[in-house]
Amino acid sequence: MTSIKPRRTAWSLILLGATALGLSLSSAANAADPIKIGVIAEAQAIAGASIPQAAQMAAEEINAKGGVDGRKIEIVTYDNHSSSADSVRAFQRAVNEDKVNAVITSYISEVVLALEPWASRLKTLMITPGAASNEITKAVHDNYEKNKYTFHGYLTSAALAQSVCDAAKDLLVDGKKMKSAVIMSEDAAWTKPLDIGYQECLPKIGLKVLDHIRFSPDTTDFTPIFNKIEASKPDVIITGISHVGVQPTVQWKNQQVPIPMFGISSQATNSTFGKDTNNAADGVLYQGVSGPGVAVTPKSVPFAENFKKKFGNYPSYAGYTSYDEVYMIADAVKRAGSTDSDKLVAAMEKTDWEGTIGKVQFYGKEDKFTHGLKYGKGLITGLILQWQNGQQVSVWPKEVAKSELKFPSFIKFSSAK
Amino acid sequence: MLALQILIDGFAISALYALGATGFTLIFGVSGVLNLSHGAIMVAAAVAAWAAASVFQLDSYSGALVGVAIAALLSLLTYFTVVQPIQRSNKIPNEEKEIFVLTATLLWGIMIQEAIAYFFTNNAKTVLPIIEGVVRIAGIRTPANTLFTAAVCCLVIALLWVLVNRTRTGKVVLAASMNPRGVTILGFELTNVYIVVWIIYGVLAGIAGVLLGMFLGVSSYSVGPLTASAFSIVVLGGLGSVSGSLIAAFVVGYLETFTAYMISPAYRSIPALLLLVIVMYIRPQGLLGRR
Repeated sequence: MTSIKPRRTAWSLILLGATALGLSLSSAANAADPIKIGVIAEAQAIAGASIPQAAQMAAEEINAKGGVDGRKIEIVTYDNHSSSADSVRAFQRAVNEDKVNAVITSYISEVVLALEPWASRLKTLMITPGAASNEITKAVHDNYEKNKYTFHGYLTSAALAQSVCDAAKDLLVDGKKMKSAVIMSEDAAWTKPLDIGYQECLPKIGLKVLDHIRFSPDTTDFTPIFNKIEASKPDVIITGISHVGVQPTVQWKNQQVPIPMFGISSQATNSTFGKDTNNAADGVLYQGVSGPGVAVTPKSVPFAENFKKKFGNYPSYAGYTSYDEVYMIADAVKRAGSTDSDKLVAAMEKTDWEGTIGKVQFYGKEDKFTHGLKYGKGLITGLILQWQNGQQVSVWPKEVAKSELKFPSFIKFSSAK
Repeated sequence: MLALQILIDGFAISALYALGATGFTLIFGVSGVLNLSHGAIMVAAAVAAWAAASVFQLDSYSGALVGVAIAALLSLLTYFTVVQPIQRSNKIPNEEKEIFVLTATLLWGIMIQEAIAYFFTNNAKTVLPIIEGVVRIAGIRTPANTLFTAAVCCLVIALLWVLVNRTRTGKVVLAASMNPRGVTILGFELTNVYIVVWIIYGVLAGIAGVLLGMFLGVSSYSVGPLTASAFSIVVLGGLGSVSGSLIAAFVVGYLETFTAYMISPAYRSIPALLLLVIVMYIRPQGLLGRR
């Protein structure tokens, strides 16, 4: 122990010296240093596992082309075991010990909300590729100077609800003459604003909300829930599920619940979902920002295919965003000419990047969802995909749709009678 | 209509609980071991059955058999690597062995759980149902596989009863649960009796796990709740009493189903846990407990 302390002091002196040198001769001193990006994610969850993999892929591509002004990108990964406490420890370690310049983290809103104050305290740029809660951007909006280090690299729950409603208008109300819906969502931070969004926008597009069911993410038996939904005779079930997915889908099929499911179903975005459910997923409609074979931008398909070649499966939704975020951070470092956090934040705010899920720009200081992704035509609108014969097929919007809606035989359309 | 729905749904889940808890209580009755890796063994069986069918393309029957076989193997492994060394140790005082076994099986369960999450992710898996389709019982749409599940559970429990009460092996097991020393004096190797019991346990837990995987689906997160539910059913029924566990399984199964339908699925497990607390106050030995 005694020998460590003086060494630490020596190191901090060297670091201090290096910082001082760096201040005066920044470009010369920085040229060799890598740009370090910490990736804190859920290695055991399918959605989370793609996050470090995709980040690594982006870094290798950038490095193969010479890096950013000669500086290589280095990805440092941490498994957070889906736990907020583990994530906080990883974040502290990433910043204090491993000296990362920015952090990409998690698809779970609770985790990102736990890390947000740490991004502020340690003044480190943080961006999430997959969490959705509105609270993330609300904190940035309400206390900009403190929380400006956090960026929301995925759609907010409010935008997700809007995306589902926009698609439901075309596909269900205009396409299938549907008139009523029941909202079914899991009880979690991200679904609170989602459900508020649904309740606002569904009646506007012409779907009457007959019931609103929130259930615990620990639920294993969904029979009572489907029973209650069926009793109110809706045309469609609008979903808000992420922690659960396989179980309700399989039980929906086994019990032959005659009502289609449409909405957010994060697990359905994974290409393994068909296998996990033994193809009970056929007919499930889900919102996504990307999908295999869907050319949202010219970058989408090559990324997904290269990813599959490298890792054996298609990336989860958070894989696409994580890949884009490494490029966006690299781009911001280049424009800022520095890895200084405040300069990096300023550069990130001016991001105008065509990624794999659309054109990425962030809402500004005065907007409601500060540092959230801008939603809308020409930017990011999202897609609706459907599981058909064990494959994910895009069905909305028209420009990228590859097929009509197809449902298993047990689905009955009540309005069509 | 709703009453019938609760009756059907509750029966299937209760029968599954009963099957899971029977093996658990059998082990305790015979060898005094509370095996807290129970949930992990059930989940391992279901995940193995899933993997056999979706990764190795076996049909649903063979997949289910693989699941049960894995559970039986895992059960033996639990006995030989975790339980037996503690029971035989000279360094651990006899009166502390139960606590050691309890802790060791709990940790063993966590190890299995983490291994499953590492190799198969923590996403839920479902086992291919053996019978597809639905049947209508007085207008209630019921998956045929649910009826199959209930039937298999009842059949296996009946077989277990025959095995314990009508065969020589069963009688030795029964005798061992009453007086282990007496069985040894009669010339039976107690270790062999334990091996038989652990195999029976593994098969029961395996069948329960595979059926649960078909009926509701399982993930590595299910390990804790499954152990907890088996534990509370066994305590409610009376530790070591097989018939007590059967009754308790149906009480808990129906109480949960009733709550889920009549109050809210979110409060499903609360009344059963309250009941457990009440029983602990007025009848600490459980419904049919001996001790």
